[in-house]
Amino acid sequence: MPNSERVGERRPSQSKGNRLAQFFSSSPKSKEMSAQQTLQAAQSQKQGISPATIPLPTISLSTVTAGEPNSDEPPTTLFQPPSADEAKRRQRAEAQFGPLLSPRHLYVSAHQGKPLETPIEDEPPYYFVLTTYLSYLILIFFGHARDFFGKRFGDKKHYNSLKANNGYAPLNDDFDNFYVRRLKMRIDDCFARPTTGVPGRFINLIDRKSDDFNRTYKYTGTITETLNMSSYNYLGFAQSEGPCADAVEETVRKYGLTSCSPRADAGTSDLALEVEKEIAQFVGKPAAMVFSMGFVTNAGSFPALVSKGSLILSDELNHASIRIGARLSGAVIRSFKHNDMEDLEKKLREAIAQGQPRTHRPWKKILVAVEGLYSMEGTMVDLPGVIALKKKYKFFLYVDEAHSIGALGPKGRGVCDYFGVDPAEADILMGTLTKSFGANGGYIAAEKHIIDKLKATNAATLLGESPAPSVLMQILSSLRIITGELAPGQGEERLQRIAFNSRYLRLGLKRLGFIVSGHDDSPIIPIMLYHPAKISAFSHEMLKRKISVVVVGYPATPLISSRARFCISSAHNKEDMDRLLAACDEVGDILQIKYSTGIAGGAEPLPKGVSPEMEKEWRKANGLEGVVKPPRWKLEDVISAGEEDVKYALR
Amino acid sequence: MDLHEVQAQLTGWLNEATSAFQKVPGSAVLIRYVRSSYQNDPVRSAIELVLVIFFIRYLLAPSYSTSKQNFIKLTEDEIDELVEEWTPEPLVAPHTALEEAEMERLPVLVGPTGPKSKLANGRTVTNLASYNFYNLNANEQIKEKAIQTLRTYGVGPCGPPQFYGTQDVHMKTEADIATFLGTEGCIVYAQAFSTISSVIPSFCKRGDIIVADRAVNYSIRRGLEVSRSNVKWYNHGDMEDLERVVRKVAEEQAKKKQLTRRFIVTEALFETIGDCTNLPKLVELKEKYKFRIILDETWSFGVLGRTGRGLTEAQNVDPVQVDMIVGSLAGPLCAGGGFCAGEKAVVEHQRLTAASYTFSAALPAMLAMTASESLNVLQSNPEILTQCRENIRLMRAQLDPRSDWVICTSAPENPIMLLVLKPDVINARRLTIDDQERLLQECVDESLANGVLITRFKGIPITTNTGLKDGNYTVQPALKVCLTSGLSKKDVEKAGVTIRHAITKVMTKKTNNKLGLPAA
Ligand SMILES: Cc1ncc(COP(=O)(O)O)c(C=O)c1O
Repeated sequence: MPNSERVGERRPSQSKGNRLAQFFSSSPKSKEMSAQQTLQAAQSQKQGISPATIPLPTISLSTVTAGEPNSDEPPTTLFQPPSADEAKRRQRAEAQFGPLLSPRHLYVSAHQGKPLETPIEDEPPYYFVLTTYLSYLILIFFGHARDFFGKRFGDKKHYNSLKANNGYAPLNDDFDNFYVRRLKMRIDDCFARPTTGVPGRFINLIDRKSDDFNRTYKYTGTITETLNMSSYNYLGFAQSEGPCADAVEETVRKYGLTSCSPRADAGTSDLALEVEKEIAQFVGKPAAMVFSMGFVTNAGSFPALVSKGSLILSDELNHASIRIGARLSGAVIRSFKHNDMEDLEKKLREAIAQGQPRTHRPWKKILVAVEGLYSMEGTMVDLPGVIALKKKYKFFLYVDEAHSIGALGPKGRGVCDYFGVDPAEADILMGTLTKSFGANGGYIAAEKHIIDKLKATNAATLLGESPAPSVLMQILSSLRIITGELAPGQGEERLQRIAFNSRYLRLGLKRLGFIVSGHDDSPIIPIMLYHPAKISAFSHEMLKRKISVVVVGYPATPLISSRARFCISSAHNKEDMDRLLAACDEVGDILQIKYSTGIAGGAEPLPKGVSPEMEKEWRKANGLEGVVKPPRWKLEDVISAGEEDVKYALR
Repeated sequence: MDLHEVQAQLTGWLNEATSAFQKVPGSAVLIRYVRSSYQNDPVRSAIELVLVIFFIRYLLAPSYSTSKQNFIKLTEDEIDELVEEWTPEPLVAPHTALEEAEMERLPVLVGPTGPKSKLANGRTVTNLASYNFYNLNANEQIKEKAIQTLRTYGVGPCGPPQFYGTQDVHMKTEADIATFLGTEGCIVYAQAFSTISSVIPSFCKRGDIIVADRAVNYSIRRGLEVSRSNVKWYNHGDMEDLERVVRKVAEEQAKKKQLTRRFIVTEALFETIGDCTNLPKLVELKEKYKFRIILDETWSFGVLGRTGRGLTEAQNVDPVQVDMIVGSLAGPLCAGGGFCAGEKAVVEHQRLTAASYTFSAALPAMLAMTASESLNVLQSNPEILTQCRENIRLMRAQLDPRSDWVICTSAPENPIMLLVLKPDVINARRLTIDDQERLLQECVDESLANGVLITRFKGIPITTNTGLKDGNYTVQPALKVCLTSGLSKKDVEKAGVTIRHAITKVMTKKTNNKLGLPAA
């Protein structure tokens, strides 16, 4: 039976009865696999969920400098009990991609029900908002005070770059630079932590410390293996072994390291064409083209699509690459409120009615640029809403699927797949290969005549370097795993694991009392911290518990809404999610960041016999209408109930 | 209600307001301050009050309100009608004939890129179109290193450098490049093409002054455009013109007692022309007029100098005197990514402010490692550079003085030979740019038919670039022949002859001599 049909059959696996069916419909091969994995799971579960069981780091710095190759080569003799080497190899593999603990830890990512609702935004008590502003005020005040005295009495070398020197204007504007020197420097150790090895399920941090308030770092020579909640490794393809790595190794031996030439000269290889064909097929468009960098895919394509006399309507939270591309195009740029279809419609009507500024000539074309999944918010674009507007207003639609390709949809084919929308409805589907595919670069998929024109006019194709063969092969092999052509069953497992993990963690965090932003199925899960001091405190507390997280504050987010962001991966398993929940529970109490009021979910379960449909009546009957209790579940309850509850609509 | 009542009421309110105001702590001080500072001059106070009100209004006013100035109010029905009527242009224009021809003949390589490459049609050709100058692409030692790295790091780092995407390999590569060049620090970007487009705006802001060579490449132009700085141009390679421009800037600023950041942006080997910059003179001017230099070494790093350190080595300039050196790891080094080397402060500044560094994923570890290893190979075998230069010399001997039709504009050490049609040919036949492009494309095709793969320099995006004021520069169409040390003397000479004959054949074809004039 073709794989795709099987997936189709399993789509409604959210309901109880179908979960059983899942067992029977799996191919024997994947059943075997999961049986084995359950076994492993049983073993590891015995040890309980505690950070103490984390295996010690196995990758050392020395592998980098002194090329000591595979110290763990397979044993040469045939009959040998699982040796220490074998165990080590296994441990290494599992540090990159965790074993699935139970077939119940799977879920199919697909849009349920009618229109996409905007996630409810919870707000912390005013006290926290006020103190947040106050914190910034204090920080800014002290910063300026220190600048004032520092410039007069402080160490010359730290202030030299701010002053005119020997007839040269300072390299940094005092004002522009203030934020970096006085705010970010304090928490600089939470950023750009150097790592080594594969950024898979675990990530190895190279330990460093600073004796001069983060101006310089000393490397202590040790390495800490942490749970990786920070890499965009959605489908877990960051692996140094397995079918992808094997294929890449072969490619390096066969093709060498690069193609040494722009695509339009001699940089087009059979491999590149194959990848393009495969990507086009995957996203459901007639043609596609690949680039060696995702950023440039955006920055270079807007100028090739629109120019003076055109209008770009861009979501206000769009990525920097889109903003730069739009600016370079020469078109007029206007932004609309994040994911707000009413605002978009208003702007469209106004634009078409008024025409171009001053001349009132009609616009040549209007291009609406949105992202599939927003990387700081965890929200998805309201694609059905945009498409409905597109039909009426005849604009062109550009969807940046950097984060959604692979990570969303029952077949991992991005937002169109997730919402069940025909990919033909969007004119341009752009995506990056850096994230779900564990490679590098970006792609654009569209109608053939559009791609042909872009190939002839896009500067990155004519002048920029083409992707390396090794990277192309990583894309190709991971794509084939997702579609099931390679290692059947594995791709499907990956897709369903990330969907389960995302929902499980999101529900758990809400129940613990965090303010979590974004849509339920999104693998990007930000929790709000608000206070600037909590940015670094959260990062440090998590690091103490051997978990790497990304924390972001102003200017990447609005001043007030500093946040921590978890990126879910298929390489994680439920044990990892539980470990994270336990850590968040502890840290949440220490830092007092369980702000939620309950309006955005995490509610107590309904009593037995009350189904979600009956909730309204039940509330009425019990006088509970409009009563929201701040959720503060106990960790044990979160963990024991979560597995079952993620299969239904999250509440 | 008569007037008196109103007056009484008003006074009452006023008194109430005054007493309320006086209750506010500090109000007495404020009043005293206002009184003393304005010396009880009510007119002045009133004017300032008006100013304050204006200021508040200004702050509250929506930004870009100018666009509303000639806003036409329409009813919903009218708008619906307009929406109904509006038909956008197609998203992309149809293919031009040249694009079509190019598309059809785009060479597709099967298997590895090398001095001899196999094409999709089954033929093996001499490849003079790749930047594989030292054939490091086939170097087993480098491949082995890359595979080792793959087996330790996987392929992609799955994140931007600021978020756990910085791996020790990247730090090593940065350190290696810095040591190789002799600078204090270095930062590695994930793509060479976009590196300088990000480096420039991370330093040059609105109000700053950039003086740039007219012939700079596409990436630099994009950088200049994004920076929104004040860009001034000097004639290509003309150091006197440069001096004139920088002197003027320096004098103007001195007069206005204003000091902004000032930069000179140029290339070491020009992508569009292939010739070389006079760096010592540039440094002299920089020191004299206090400019900073951003030098694009994309085409010279790994090419010029005894060991390939670039223009600084070739012209004996201390790299410390060049503020930012931008280069590529994707060209002759056969790796991927770009870099910017300079002082520590310069490098660290970019880590936070360069868009394509902060907002893009890091370079794959195996490519970073490849770059390090290639540098290593270059340093330990400088003779491969000599070998490549020998091949350039041989090729040139076949083409430049010998061909009746083309001349080579590239510097003698530049392995990318750009061949343009001789001016008298162009004049005599009145060839437009499009004509030249078409003729040269025919030369490419003819040469490929005879087993030598070369290309044209594709400068269309530079020419069509409109974002920069008076920075328009017409790129002269050129053939691009990329030499490599991987070919034997005989092969190079043979390829040279093939190219020369191909050009001659195309140029002497009856149909191409559109005016029927005698050649030259
Ligand atoms: C929405 C979006 N577009 C484009 C990019 C750039 O992709 P890359 O990292 O491959 O350059 C990113 C990456 O951060 C992104 O989030």
